[in-house]
Amino acid sequence: MKQDEPTIYESVLQKGYSRRTFLKMCAALAATIGLDFSQSGKVAHALETKKRVPVIWLQMQDCTGCSESFIRSSYPKVESVIFNMISLEYMEVLSAAAGFQTEEAEQNVLKKYAGEYILIVEGSVPKEAGYLTIGGRSGGDLLREAAEHAKAVLAFGTCSSWGGIAKAKPNPTGAQPISAVLKGIPIIRVPGCPPIAEVMTGVIAHIVTFDQLPETDMLGRPKAFFRHRIHDKCNRRAYFDAGLFAESFDDPNLKAGYCLFKLGCKGPTTYNSCAEMRWNGGVSYPIQSGNPCIGCSEADFWDNGPFYTHYSKIPLTQTTINPETWGAAAVGAAALGVGAHAGITAAVKHHKEKQQDKGDQNE
Amino acid sequence: MIRMSKRIVVDPVTRIEGHLRIEADVQNGKITDAFSSGTAIRGIELVVKNRDPRDVWGYVQRICGVCTSSHALASIRAVEDALDIHIPHNASLIRNMMNGALNLHDHIVHFYHLHAFDWVDAISVLKADPKETSRIAQSISPWPNSSPGYFKSVQDKIKRVADSGQLGIFANGYWGHSAYKLPPEVNLLAVAHYLEALDWQKEIVKIHTIFGGKNPHPHYLVGGMATPLDINMDNGIHSEKLEQIDQLITQAHDFIHQVYIPDLMAIASYYKDWGSKEIGGGLNNYLCYGDFSTKDIRDTKLYRSPRGIILNGNMNEILDVDPHDLNQVSERIDHSWYTYDGKDTGSRHPWKGSTEMNYSGPKPPYEYLDTNKKYSWIKSPRWKSHPMETGPLARLMVGYAANKGDYRAIADDALKKLKLPLSAMHSALGRTLARGLDAGMIVGWMRDDFNQLISNIRQGDQTTFDNSKWEPKTWPDHAFGAGTSEAPRGALGHWIEIKNGKTANYQAVVPTTWNASPRDSADVLGAYESSLRGVPVADPKNPLEILRVVHSFDPCLACAVHLTDLTDQSKTSIHVQ
Repeated sequence: MKQDEPTIYESVLQKGYSRRTFLKMCAALAATIGLDFSQSGKVAHALETKKRVPVIWLQMQDCTGCSESFIRSSYPKVESVIFNMISLEYMEVLSAAAGFQTEEAEQNVLKKYAGEYILIVEGSVPKEAGYLTIGGRSGGDLLREAAEHAKAVLAFGTCSSWGGIAKAKPNPTGAQPISAVLKGIPIIRVPGCPPIAEVMTGVIAHIVTFDQLPETDMLGRPKAFFRHRIHDKCNRRAYFDAGLFAESFDDPNLKAGYCLFKLGCKGPTTYNSCAEMRWNGGVSYPIQSGNPCIGCSEADFWDNGPFYTHYSKIPLTQTTINPETWGAAAVGAAALGVGAHAGITAAVKHHKEKQQDKGDQNE
Repeated sequence: MIRMSKRIVVDPVTRIEGHLRIEADVQNGKITDAFSSGTAIRGIELVVKNRDPRDVWGYVQRICGVCTSSHALASIRAVEDALDIHIPHNASLIRNMMNGALNLHDHIVHFYHLHAFDWVDAISVLKADPKETSRIAQSISPWPNSSPGYFKSVQDKIKRVADSGQLGIFANGYWGHSAYKLPPEVNLLAVAHYLEALDWQKEIVKIHTIFGGKNPHPHYLVGGMATPLDINMDNGIHSEKLEQIDQLITQAHDFIHQVYIPDLMAIASYYKDWGSKEIGGGLNNYLCYGDFSTKDIRDTKLYRSPRGIILNGNMNEILDVDPHDLNQVSERIDHSWYTYDGKDTGSRHPWKGSTEMNYSGPKPPYEYLDTNKKYSWIKSPRWKSHPMETGPLARLMVGYAANKGDYRAIADDALKKLKLPLSAMHSALGRTLARGLDAGMIVGWMRDDFNQLISNIRQGDQTTFDNSKWEPKTWPDHAFGAGTSEAPRGALGHWIEIKNGKTANYQAVVPTTWNASPRDSADVLGAYESSLRGVPVADPKNPLEILRVVHSFDPCLACAVHLTDLTDQSKTSIHVQ
């Protein structure tokens, strides 16, 4: 990048913020990306010396839900992401330019910032070119071109990560995840339909701040956000452990907080931060609002339904259950892959560590 | 191909949802013909085949993440129509508030983030005098963020971005174009509110999060809402969350009446020449299914946004529209990449639909589409062979003609301030104006619905779900249903056929399918195409005027393009020229 461009810190100062505000922002950022407070100095240092990172955001077969979710970010606020942290050089939803001027802007970024820009992709890619063209070119072609010199490729959402809704049976357009098109290029998967806003901005903040990619699990998902199942941190979990379940949607116990497992909740097989971070600035998440989780961050979740049917037998109580057995049962029941098993093992390990606290959580 | 006129292509059309391409022929500085093409498809209706009808809302909700909620709502209404399920009043109020919140979010994001740069020159902000901006702001609104220092700080923000060489979203805009008419000070006002609206939009959606768990894509439920409404339960929706809803509605009301509408009126006053039928008017046929019932969705007389059709701008007659009538709504495929039972043409009611995807466009990369043949993934919906415009303008015109609620008073007041006649509403400016007035009315209805919910709770009614027809064994073996809603972009209809507890057929005919429709075999144009004819284009290389007209509809392409049939998948094929 050109040397005369201001660093993130400079650009924050120029925007009229004080150093104190800047440090506060760093602390909030550190918390967002899962660091403890003592590490906010690292964040501050990084932001003082970094330029705004150029970003290209491509939309393939999508619904724009991931872009919409992205602009809901509270910590950091999306305005601060767009104007202080990254430079959104190509994004159809917000770009002032249109038509060939947009294409031209993208081509400029590809050349000017080769090896420096982050590529974000929303949506799946159809096998046949005619199902998706932009500016007269096929989606796959545009994607390959943009990925070639990207510093990192982020798959935002379940469609670009796993294929998503378009790939659901019978997959009418032959939709594929971007990994099928970008063979050999490492991809960070940030699944969810859509992903939580602060998970998306948190991953960006991680890369911008530490100048390194976040650690991922075997499926390429950042551990900071996808290490646990929703079930592990669910606000209704104590009721599951106690064997107390809502039986129907007009069951008064649903309002009392009973577990939604019998109503089909996929929380026990879904890796995401919904229960931990919650949605839209921590307001709620589907299970808290009375709805069984549909498992929207898992591969091929659309074909793992129906939504309101549960998979496995419900153990009478969880308080004395052997966690090793439970982990295995959950995997078998949901027919998940090897990667998921690795994740579950991690969850079980965590579960073991937490065993001594169990007594307090149960009624 | 030899053309007398110059063909210009805008692809991608940005600041919309989805993948839209416009090809327009320009002669002597005016558009003589225009072609609207949707260039992407996923085939979601095929995906819902054989699924549990109670699950379908979740699949079809993913038609669109911008009007997230609209499709889920229309879907559960279609299922409830088919299975004769009646939902509790509280569920209806919650759904209304969620639909209201969506409309407000959408209208405001559209105005500031998707449409504003067609009227507002962001870079001219650098020349503005913040003191003058402050004076203007205080003369049109009591909104507190209006000091010279505040506008100076916004100006500085834009200056830093401009100076950094990293223009980001402002890169390559049509800045300095002769069609921009606002003084720099008004541009600065609009850009300041662009940033405030970016902050506000993440708040209003919390209504979805509280009632439906998340946004985008909140959860819905056939038979009511799963919302655990209980004021005496720690895990219920109680006074704390209800207070939050109350506050969000108040904030929305203030933002709309103190920021959005005053800005809209101020900007419109500089673009009154765009309030003419010749510029962006188009069909003057308006379709509304109506919505926001005060009680039961089945009783269309209780809709605050009324149902009806206006043809050829005739405000003296409102025609009735019935989604259940097989002779009213249909979809044609004359210029769309589909076939009906192997034939290239035909017209079908959504319940009777039969379609195969059949791409016959040019092989990418291509320069132009062959618009004499099929040229879009969007079909051509027609009401008794008439193309229709849907959306806030349609709602305003039908509401005005029906003299329902405050429609006339609000429209007359705005037009009086701008010194424009009612006929000026049939235009690009009218469409943008109507959207703001629509938001002003909807936020009032949300307040009324919230008060009604509180009143119901006070009287001991906290029911949000009816379980009596949840189990498939209570359903008929074979049933048809239609669900409608007024989405941000207008009349939305979903049609379902349920057989033996499964979804046998599913169709959605959505607002942007109506508006972005290609022409049909009788050469009857869709709303975008029709509204673009006659529009002046000062500089074909920088067709700002095209964006202005197309954006006035608030295009939503992922919505518009969907596979409307569940035929044998093996028929799906791609023909590459």
